[in-house]
Amino acid sequence: MSDHDKIYSTKFQDSIERHTVLMFVMIAIAVAVGGIVEIVPLFYLPNTAMSGGNGTFNGTAHKDKEGNVVPMDKIVWNPSTSAHKTLEDWQPGDGVRPYKPLELAGRAVYIREGCYLCHSQQIRPFRDEKDRYGHYSIAEESMYDHTFQWGSKRTGPDLARVGGKYSDEWHRRHLSYPREVVPESVMPNFFWLEKMPVNVTETVQAMKVMTIMPFNPVPKSIYTPAYIDGAAAQLEGKTDMDALIAYLQGLGNHVKFEEGVNYRD
Amino acid sequence: MEATQATPVKYDMEVVRWFTIAAAIYAVVGTIVGVYIASELAFPFLNFDIPYITFGRLRPLHTNAVIFAFGGCVLMATGFYIVQRTGATKLWSNGLAWFTFWGWNLIIVLAVISLPMGWSEGKEYAELPWIVDILIAVVWLSFGLNHIMTVAIRKTSHIYVSNWFTMAMIVMITYLHVVNSLAIPVSLTNSYSIFSGVQDAMVQWWWGHNAVGFYLTGGFLGIMYYFVPKQSGRPVFSYRLSVLHFWALTFGYVWLGAHHLQYTALPDWTGSLGAAVSLAMIIPSWGGAMNGMMTLSGAWDKLRSDYILRFLVVSLAFYAMSTFEGPVMSIKTVNALSHYTDWTVGHVHSGALGWMAMVAYGALYHMVKKLWGVDKMYSDSLVNVHFWLATIGTVVYVVAMWVSGIMQGLMWRDYDEYGTLTYTFVESVSAMHPYYAMRAVGGLIFSIGTWIALFNIVMTVRQASALRSSGAVPAKA
Repeated sequence: MSDHDKIYSTKFQDSIERHTVLMFVMIAIAVAVGGIVEIVPLFYLPNTAMSGGNGTFNGTAHKDKEGNVVPMDKIVWNPSTSAHKTLEDWQPGDGVRPYKPLELAGRAVYIREGCYLCHSQQIRPFRDEKDRYGHYSIAEESMYDHTFQWGSKRTGPDLARVGGKYSDEWHRRHLSYPREVVPESVMPNFFWLEKMPVNVTETVQAMKVMTIMPFNPVPKSIYTPAYIDGAAAQLEGKTDMDALIAYLQGLGNHVKFEEGVNYRD
Repeated sequence: MEATQATPVKYDMEVVRWFTIAAAIYAVVGTIVGVYIASELAFPFLNFDIPYITFGRLRPLHTNAVIFAFGGCVLMATGFYIVQRTGATKLWSNGLAWFTFWGWNLIIVLAVISLPMGWSEGKEYAELPWIVDILIAVVWLSFGLNHIMTVAIRKTSHIYVSNWFTMAMIVMITYLHVVNSLAIPVSLTNSYSIFSGVQDAMVQWWWGHNAVGFYLTGGFLGIMYYFVPKQSGRPVFSYRLSVLHFWALTFGYVWLGAHHLQYTALPDWTGSLGAAVSLAMIIPSWGGAMNGMMTLSGAWDKLRSDYILRFLVVSLAFYAMSTFEGPVMSIKTVNALSHYTDWTVGHVHSGALGWMAMVAYGALYHMVKKLWGVDKMYSDSLVNVHFWLATIGTVVYVVAMWVSGIMQGLMWRDYDEYGTLTYTFVESVSAMHPYYAMRAVGGLIFSIGTWIALFNIVMTVRQASALRSSGAVPAKA
């Protein structure tokens, strides 16, 4: 018996090592399992903000202290049950809504400039984060964020609830020359965003794309054809700076959080 | 074996030579960009109000350059080198290998253009525009097909362990890249992920962590399993340990991504499951590290004179350290402190600089000598200088980030005696300044090492070519 016929491990392992196809297949199976177990359930289990349309969320039931279920249309804005029927009428506290055209353009600027590399948008359920940033983030709040922006690093502060915290003018000055407002800041100057007109074509196209997403699309009852057609007019004459400020000012004030409700369970 | 030794195999090594040189060049470029963005965080005036070089646009360029340009060229050079030598066969297709080389370099050129332009998908380590993503998939599959087909046509009876790791990388990176890049375009340069919120976060970190697990770890373990035995002249310490190491990592690593999302809106079970498997991964990871280290038993004295071996051994030490640190950071209570801080950045670099780059340079130096048929590098003492710069640079970098990371975490959660937060956020930013400067210095030290390596490799190649053209030594097969 030659040295090459001797089996040093098990018969099966030896056979894998001798056959390229078998090894390929075994690898393809072994590496698939973890992803399937951890990712696939997020599309059908509750508490993942996966919209089933018609205001259903895979049986998500956030309960208050008495065990009463909070209706989902208090968390995710539903024009058919809300007193406010259009994006223009929507008020903070009406629930999570899709972005208005200018905010969507601002979000594109946020992504383009890599803001997510230094700012998170995900508040954890800790006392200090509540004191510093506000209520912990919930899944529904990023359900319309195609390409989520939770971030992984806080070189700067979390921005999940920055909306309404400062005035537009503060943001304009701070984004333009951060160290004029906050001397210790290490953020780059972004004054040049004032000179860049908003990309209207891409923003309108993005609105259309958001309605045809396979998962959590923006309902066509909200981005109606008429609303999308009117977007260009709303974006007329706006700069990337205006857009970015609009985006930041809309962050985190959608849901009216009630004391004692467990929004993650 | 007997048959193959009778007629020496003519390998396809020219493409490997080109990948090797490219890797040495991209290491210089990638680390210089890294040093620059590190300096921007310490001294923000360095952004110079030029959109193309602001931190937010250069940081993806740095990560893509070191991971995909440097790391990719190392993996393809070593992948093609090892698969031929361990299979005693030429490449399945030399032409396809050249397609891979030029395709991969085209992708790198496109990245150098698109990332400073801000054409980003907004996903960490997967920022490149959808159109480049398609190109990546095609070129990656050309590499994968060629590698696996070369394994298939090998003349040896068994597939060598290095090729297992490379095959696992090829399969997993294909899964990850395809799923994570699923997006609907709005223009040639811009697109939006088909996933949103929780699902997108999980898909992204499934990608993010397994790019680390299968590309920066698995792929480089393939390198380790070939070059440590070769350079030390000893067989792999334990074959059985390598079997366990391989299958445990291949099955287990996939589960870890969720630990990046502890305490987020991702359901609790997913993060906890990720952390549990992360902890379990300490065992195979350390088994693998020990397997590499113990390969030197009986050859430890070589460390005194063999500087290339030093790279390989220190890389294993860093591998062991970061595969312990990582699981610890995935534990929820530790993660509560470490997440969002520089500790994570330090952890990544102890892996990327200490493990990945060190083992890569061990392999590159070894290959350069074989590929150009010389007995020694142009300067062995420069290899030693590079080794010390790389080690010291990594340690300075990692220590700076440990201190700043833990300090940040503690400052953010600190309360005074009145029950209010002790520090404003910006106080934590200004407290980081000395460590950000120190990190830039550590990075610079490391980067200088890569310049020396490039110089040394280029001089070795020139010397070899000069010798060959003068006919002093016969050209090797």
